[in-house]
Amino acid sequence: MRLTAILTFAAAAVFGTAAHAQVNVKIGVLNDMSSLYADISGPGSVTAAKMAVEDFNPAAHGMKVEIVGADHQNKPDVGSNIARQWFDVDHVDVIVDVPTSSVALAVSDVAREKNKVFLISGAASSDLTGPKCTPNNVHWTYDTWMLAHGTGTALVKTGGDTWFFLTADYAFGHALERDTTAVVQAAGGKVLGAVKHPLNTQDFSSFLLQAQASKAKVIGLANAGGDTINSIKQGAEFGITAGGQQFAGLLVFVTDVNALGLKTAQGLVLTETWYWDMNDANRAWTKRWQAENAGKLPSMVVAGVYAETLHYLKAVAALKSAADGKAVVNQMKALPTDDPLFGKGYIRADGRKIHPAYLFQVKKPEESKYPGDDYILRATIPAEEAFRPIKDGNCPMVTN
Amino acid sequence: MFEVFGVPSQALFGQLLLGLINGSFYALLSLGLAVIFGMLNIINFTHGAQYMMGAFAAFLLLRHVGIGYWPALIIVPIIVGATGVVIERLFLKRIQNLDHLYGLILTFGLALIIEGLFRNYYGSSGQPYGVPESLQGGRNLGFMFLPNYRAWVIAFSLLVCLCTWFAIERTRLGSYLRAATENPALVRAFGINVPRMVTLTYGFGVGLAGLAGVMAAPIYNVSPQMGSDLIIVVFAVVVIGGMGSIMGAIVTGFTLGIVEGLTKVFFPEASNTVIFMIMIIVLLLRPAGLFGRSA
Repeated sequence: MRLTAILTFAAAAVFGTAAHAQVNVKIGVLNDMSSLYADISGPGSVTAAKMAVEDFNPAAHGMKVEIVGADHQNKPDVGSNIARQWFDVDHVDVIVDVPTSSVALAVSDVAREKNKVFLISGAASSDLTGPKCTPNNVHWTYDTWMLAHGTGTALVKTGGDTWFFLTADYAFGHALERDTTAVVQAAGGKVLGAVKHPLNTQDFSSFLLQAQASKAKVIGLANAGGDTINSIKQGAEFGITAGGQQFAGLLVFVTDVNALGLKTAQGLVLTETWYWDMNDANRAWTKRWQAENAGKLPSMVVAGVYAETLHYLKAVAALKSAADGKAVVNQMKALPTDDPLFGKGYIRADGRKIHPAYLFQVKKPEESKYPGDDYILRATIPAEEAFRPIKDGNCPMVTN
Repeated sequence: MFEVFGVPSQALFGQLLLGLINGSFYALLSLGLAVIFGMLNIINFTHGAQYMMGAFAAFLLLRHVGIGYWPALIIVPIIVGATGVVIERLFLKRIQNLDHLYGLILTFGLALIIEGLFRNYYGSSGQPYGVPESLQGGRNLGFMFLPNYRAWVIAFSLLVCLCTWFAIERTRLGSYLRAATENPALVRAFGINVPRMVTLTYGFGVGLAGLAGVMAAPIYNVSPQMGSDLIIVVFAVVVIGGMGSIMGAIVTGFTLGIVEGLTKVFFPEASNTVIFMIMIIVLLLRPAGLFGRSA
């Protein structure tokens, strides 16, 4: 009896110390795996997270990292249920990606409540680093303010001073329309009207007709993914551009351009923060990524997932623990960022990652030399100007 | 130029015309569903996936075989109809004596499998498919710019719907079909091959879905989820029109397309849900549907 006790104690001591030395991290990639945003993030984001873990080499840091994925179906209730289950039952430490801003806002609340980490790549709403900022969020790749200022300013400068919006009727569309309206009005332009369409609409003919009737010079598409593709495709059919109006693709990804084809998409001006063909490092990374995603192109969202996961793991390694979400995020803000895709940068107090933005224009079909050769770089917006100044954000953490 | 509830008449007529175009798709698809349910008592949830297969077949014919839109209008319904025949022979025949709901679950499962396969292979952003040369451009009607292709959609779907209605309600073959639904044993006693008629009818209904898919390919995004987005609305249309009624499906399809079009003008945020609200009201007042016969 005493021997058993001693042996048990010894065993516990040995195994206990071993468990203590190794840090276990579980990463949950939550996004739209099956609907209109699946090509922008989807399974490609899971690949990106895996690549980040590989490049980080957990064994060398005494860590063990596991990745799980799930489909939030663009529904906030589904997303927050999965988040709760992951945090409470499955010991997930960090949720990554989450396109669809309404879902991201819901998951952000859950992450704050459970003191876990939420690394945002897919979602766009600038409220995530504004009124809805939390100490557990990091907003990486892009946001609606950056898009509005990148594409919006460029178009107003070239004469697009009257606008009409086609807005996806949920958090993201509203945020994008609001931020772009501010840009247009600040530059002296006018917004002649707007129409809100349900998310994932098949037929835009009715809304395009209203846009045509408004006679606005620019039709701002405050939507994304399948909605943007449908708007532009049907716009071509209704002779929108032939009639002298211009489409502003406020959020367009390289995957959308491929789905439209260069013939329809040529000339579109858009703002992104990462393009696969911009330099050798991006191209090499893309090739690795395509090993698991044959025939597809990585969007900036996927690149963001890779970069933020890598930086998160570095922060956890420095702290030697993933348990306290706030502490990890503070460490992520303290460490300057450096990764092969986004280069050197940093994360601000409100959770906003700072890096340059790029204004691209879609090539004409004859200018494209190989599949995926879609963009011409028109301008680089320096990191300090690309995102909303922290004092304008109304983030409660900063103003206090 | 007068105004209706604050909307200029020009805009209104334009939206009515667009509603008619959407209504054509609803009518074509709900016709297929009504034929299958009315004749065979099968709730065919695979209809949306078969519509999507029609669009993809058109895309693949163009991309890999170089066959354009016009031949595809004939070839694709035959191909998709043939897959329907295979499904009927392999699966539906075995459950035809069971409750409706088994058919619903089976076809729903098939729909998920088919969509998953296409999405796995093609991704969800969609494939490009252009409007055929001869139908490009459009004409300015004064109150709106009507693309030629959309005018063609209305005309052709009306034609197909009326021909189908005529074939089922007014020809001898149609009468065999209707008799076989009511009393298969008696019809068989007359020497008519009822199982074959059932199979071919299912194939025909599925072929109609494929045809709708080809017609949708140039204007809607050819993506794996295009069917699931549409099928729920189409079911609502069939329920409102009356599950067994062919003419009901056609009339309701066009009418609801117009209603949806009007909603997009006056209250666009509700355009997704207005058809379901109408369905609820109709079910409360006339459970058999507007044109349906009570069982």
